[in-house]
Amino acid sequence: MMSDAYILMVIGMGLVTFIPRWAPFFFLSNRNLPAWLVEWLDLIPASILSALLLPALITTGEPRKLMLLQSELLAAIPTFIFALKTRSLGGTVIVGMVMFYLAGKLF
Amino acid sequence: MSKLKSIVFEGVAAAWPICLGYIPLGFAFGVLAQKAGLGPVEIFLMSLLVFAGSSQFIAVSMLDCGAALMSIILTTFTVNLRHLLMSSALAVYFKKSSRKKLCLFSYGVTDESFAVNYSKLKTGKWDLGRSLVLNYTANMTWIVSTVAGGFGGQFIPAGAFGIDYALPAMFICLLVFQLNGLKYLFVALLAGIFAVSLSLVLTGNMYVVIASMLAATCGTVLHRFFEKLSSKRTNDE
Repeated sequence: MMSDAYILMVIGMGLVTFIPRWAPFFFLSNRNLPAWLVEWLDLIPASILSALLLPALITTGEPRKLMLLQSELLAAIPTFIFALKTRSLGGTVIVGMVMFYLAGKLF
Repeated sequence: MSKLKSIVFEGVAAAWPICLGYIPLGFAFGVLAQKAGLGPVEIFLMSLLVFAGSSQFIAVSMLDCGAALMSIILTTFTVNLRHLLMSSALAVYFKKSSRKKLCLFSYGVTDESFAVNYSKLKTGKWDLGRSLVLNYTANMTWIVSTVAGGFGGQFIPAGAFGIDYALPAMFICLLVFQLNGLKYLFVALLAGIFAVSLSLVLTGNMYVVIASMLAATCGTVLHRFFEKLSSKRTNDE
C-alpha cells in the first residue's frame, strides 16, 4: 500500500525537477538574447559534456578519489580516437562497450 | 514515407544508444528500489513523475536510510539543477515554437536526450517533433526498465557485454561532435579540469553546474577579449 507521504515526496521531486527543465524555454525561447549570452550558451554543451564525462573516467568511489588506472579511462582512449576518425555515434557506442569489456579483463 | 512516419522513425532511431544505456541502469534502479521496500507501482510513479536517473538512485538510498521528505526533495533539486543549463542551450534552437510543445518537451530533458538532441539540432536537420519523439522513446524505456527491475529481475547480469559503458561511450562521441574548433576544445578541457578538481572536494554533483558555468564564462570572456584585440589591430593598420 502506497503511503500519502510517498506520493507527496514523488510529486515534490517531480516539481523541483520539472521547473529547471522548463523555465529556460518559457523565459528564453521567444525573445532575442544578447550576443554574449548566445555565445555563452553555445559553449555550455561542450563544457557540460566534458564536466559529466571526465570525472566518470578518472575518479572513483564515494567520497571520490583520483583513479587513473581503471577500465573507464583505458577504454575511453580507443573510443575517443574511433569517434574522432569515424564521427559515428552508433559505432562509437559499440566500440566503447567492447573496449570496456576487454579492459575489464585486465583489472 | 509519410511526414509523420519519418519523424517518428528518425526520432526513435536516434534514441537507441540512450535506450541501450537506460535498460541496464533502469533494471539496476528497480532492483535497488525493491530492496528499499518500494513496489512496482511506487517505482512506476517515481520514474513517471521525476524521470531523472541519478536523483532517483539518490532518493531511494536516502529513503532506505529513513531521510526526511523535505531533505530528499531538496537534494533532488540540487542534483537536477544542471538541466537548467541544458534547457537554456536548447532554447536557442526553439525560437517561435509553441509553448505547449516546449512544455511537453522540457519534461524529457535529461543529460542523454539533451546531448543527442543538441548535436542533431546543430546540424540543422532536426526539429522539435523529432526531439519530442526521441525524448518520449527514452522516457518509455526508462519507465519500463525500472518497473521490470522492480519485479525483482536483474535481467541483464551486471557488467555483461560492457553494456555499462554505453552511456559514457555515447558522451565521448557527442563531446567529439562539439569540439569544432579551438574555442570549444579549450572550454571543454577547462570544464573537465574544473569538474575533476571540484568533484574531489565537493560531495553531490553540483560540480557539474559550477564547472560548466565557470568554463563557459572563461571561454566567452577570453574570446571577446581576443576579438577586441584583433579588431583594434586591424583598425590601427
